[in-house]
Amino acid sequence: MVKWTEEERRIVRGVWEKVDIDEIGAELWARALIVYPWIERYFGSFGDIFTTTAILNNPKLAALGKVVLSALDTAVKNIDNFKAMYASLSRQHYEKIKVDPDNFRLLAECITITIACKLRAELSPQVQATWQKFLSAVVEAMSSQYKLKKKKKKKSRPDQTWRKFSIE
Amino acid sequence: MSLSAKDKATVKTFWAKISSSGEAIGTDALSRMLAVYPQTKTYFSHWKDLSPGSAPVVKHGATVMAGVGDAVAKIDDLTSGLLSLSELHAFTLRVDPSNFKILSHNILVVLAIMFPTDFTPEVHVAMDKFLAAVARALSEKYR
Repeated sequence: MVKWTEEERRIVRGVWEKVDIDEIGAELWARALIVYPWIERYFGSFGDIFTTTAILNNPKLAALGKVVLSALDTAVKNIDNFKAMYASLSRQHYEKIKVDPDNFRLLAECITITIACKLRAELSPQVQATWQKFLSAVVEAMSSQYKLKKKKKKKSRPDQTWRKFSIE
Repeated sequence: MSLSAKDKATVKTFWAKISSSGEAIGTDALSRMLAVYPQTKTYFSHWKDLSPGSAPVVKHGATVMAGVGDAVAKIDDLTSGLLSLSELHAFTLRVDPSNFKILSHNILVVLAIMFPTDFTPEVHVAMDKFLAAVARALSEKYR
């Protein structure tokens, strides 16, 4: 698990405090869907998601934005052990929603840029570095269950085949 | 993912607005790249000071953004326009091309910070595509 200094925790909380979940949730999808339009493949049932205006007024995307940012809130508040908490979320994205994990990295970039528009100079290079460390940990936690499930090993019995061929 | 006519127009219009801040953008982007992605420092071991806003960072930031401005002017044929820069990066500097993406991301962060209202999602995607095209042109001579 990633290690955090007191200073880094303070910085991450400081950035997160300034995030308005309602405001940023919609903007986040506007950037993600316009800048990386192949993400649209996961939003077939969301209606009109093809222009900035449509995206910002789409209630399904607003709701999903809140869900994503609530999950991020969990990570901020449990910064030392959210990887375990994210395991089922990761499995869900792998097995049910079938999201290419590279999209987590793309979404993280969009989150940073959306926050940069809001925080401006408050997002100093040092603050950006700590925030990036945090988002990288989130991306890693989201990617953690993208692997083959371990097959249960059959208990090995002593070999009994000689019984077939013995002269009794 | 080549640049459409609309992309080129968006880039040129946005660049006209921001070019006077070119040096400041370059300095800040480079400072962030070195601070946020410390593996990039390996290319600058010959500098005394790698901290944000230091003298060599300011000077080099200006150089880099002058290159970006040149690329805007040559946006219709980046491959031939940036040929000598590509040779420089390929044969002399030998910068791993994965770092172009890192610097591009930091340029976009700086643009978001400095021009939050102008840096709409449409401008964002055009600039992202443009910087990716510049990176491709710079990688041309690598192998």
